[in-house]
Amino acid sequence: MLAKRIIPCLDVKDGRTVKGVNFVDLRDAGDPVELAYEYSQQGADELVFLDITATHEGRKTTIDLVKAVARQVNIPFTIGGGINEISDADILLNAGADKISINSAAVRNPGLINQMAAAFGAQFVVVAVDTRSIEGQDFVHLSGGRIKTEINTLDWILEAQERGAGEVLLTSMDHDGTKNGFDNKFLKAVNDRIHIPLIASGGAGNQQHFVDVFQQANVDAALAASVFHYGEILIPDLKQTLRHNGIVVR
Amino acid sequence: MIGIINYGAGNIFSLTAALDRVGLTYGMINTAEEMDRYDRIIIPGVGHAGAAMNKLLESGLVPYIKDLRKPVLGICVGMQLLTEYSEEGDAEMLKLFPLKTLHFEAGIAGKVPHMGWNSVSVQANNPLFANIEDQTYFYFVHSYYIEYDTTFTAAKCEYGVPFSAAISRENFFGVQFHPEKSGKAGEQLLLNFSTIQVD
Repeated sequence: MLAKRIIPCLDVKDGRTVKGVNFVDLRDAGDPVELAYEYSQQGADELVFLDITATHEGRKTTIDLVKAVARQVNIPFTIGGGINEISDADILLNAGADKISINSAAVRNPGLINQMAAAFGAQFVVVAVDTRSIEGQDFVHLSGGRIKTEINTLDWILEAQERGAGEVLLTSMDHDGTKNGFDNKFLKAVNDRIHIPLIASGGAGNQQHFVDVFQQANVDAALAASVFHYGEILIPDLKQTLRHNGIVVR
Repeated sequence: MIGIINYGAGNIFSLTAALDRVGLTYGMINTAEEMDRYDRIIIPGVGHAGAAMNKLLESGLVPYIKDLRKPVLGICVGMQLLTEYSEEGDAEMLKLFPLKTLHFEAGIAGKVPHMGWNSVSVQANNPLFANIEDQTYFYFVHSYYIEYDTTFTAAKCEYGVPFSAAISRENFFGVQFHPEKSGKAGEQLLLNFSTIQVD
């Protein structure tokens, strides 16, 4: 059977791993290549790198990082951040990335999803969506959750799927950094409506949260950062807990 | 030494990186003459099967590939090229296996693409799976699959329907999953391919 995936997320800036709590207050959590290799050895199913480097010089560091990861790590990985056009994605794919993730750029220019899917295949295109609930309604947010849009989150995800996204990475900004669990209710509502894989993100604090998101929302994968980076959850332990709860994992 | 058919169907950095990790040497094949330099051949491929077949036809290598008696391994779309036909692009393939490449029907198979780690049932004594346990997980990313066949399926996988995770016929082998991204099991499979002997 197809296994549920556990995905550590590495936020990277200028070639170093950082993790923001609620996307501010960055803390250094080490060398991304070393961390990625360690996760692959521990049994992580996939990795996501979110590059928050702003400068042009920094982007070159990112490409070197992608190459180093592709050389040393034997599981798939996605890179997101700073991808605004086809040529950005092309460089990263040729450097060995398995998938690219686009977020704000896709909202600003939805046709980018179609172009990417046509150029590289739907399976390369992950659309990342940051959402926040405001008075009972879910709105897409941009720029790491700082800018609210008027776009309904589910509508946008359905549009992204229609345009050729191969996977959705959905981060609940209300849950991110809280360690109070994933936004299972909303994740289920989205998951029930789409036919492409869904990665849950935001709120993981303990092993039970992963059990809950798979059992309650039936998502395909669950992503977390700090609980893994700071060793609060070890992936082999997490997989054992999931197995005990009847969830198929590798 | 492994020769990789270099026909422009997708990025092969991950594949060469995996070969480097397990210490296997390789070179690129651009012309028919270059095939003679290698004792075994990998046909990579990602993306659209019909488009990949067109690129392979343009390379002029098709008749030479069909005549090969060395071990050949097709990976992902490179495996689908070995079949007789693909629904992707309604395209004729190399016809080295009397099998068809079909699309996963949404709703029956679950989400499409079939993306992630799935376990495979391995055919006993197939040299490609030496030292790999039955029900091992491999990493898949695909929307089209090769039908299951009692004769040619070397490893079976289930995703709503049974399908071929691997096929073999004499010197020709194919895997739907990505050994270069399938952890230690994938690296073992590449090592196995590097030592396969065919009559």
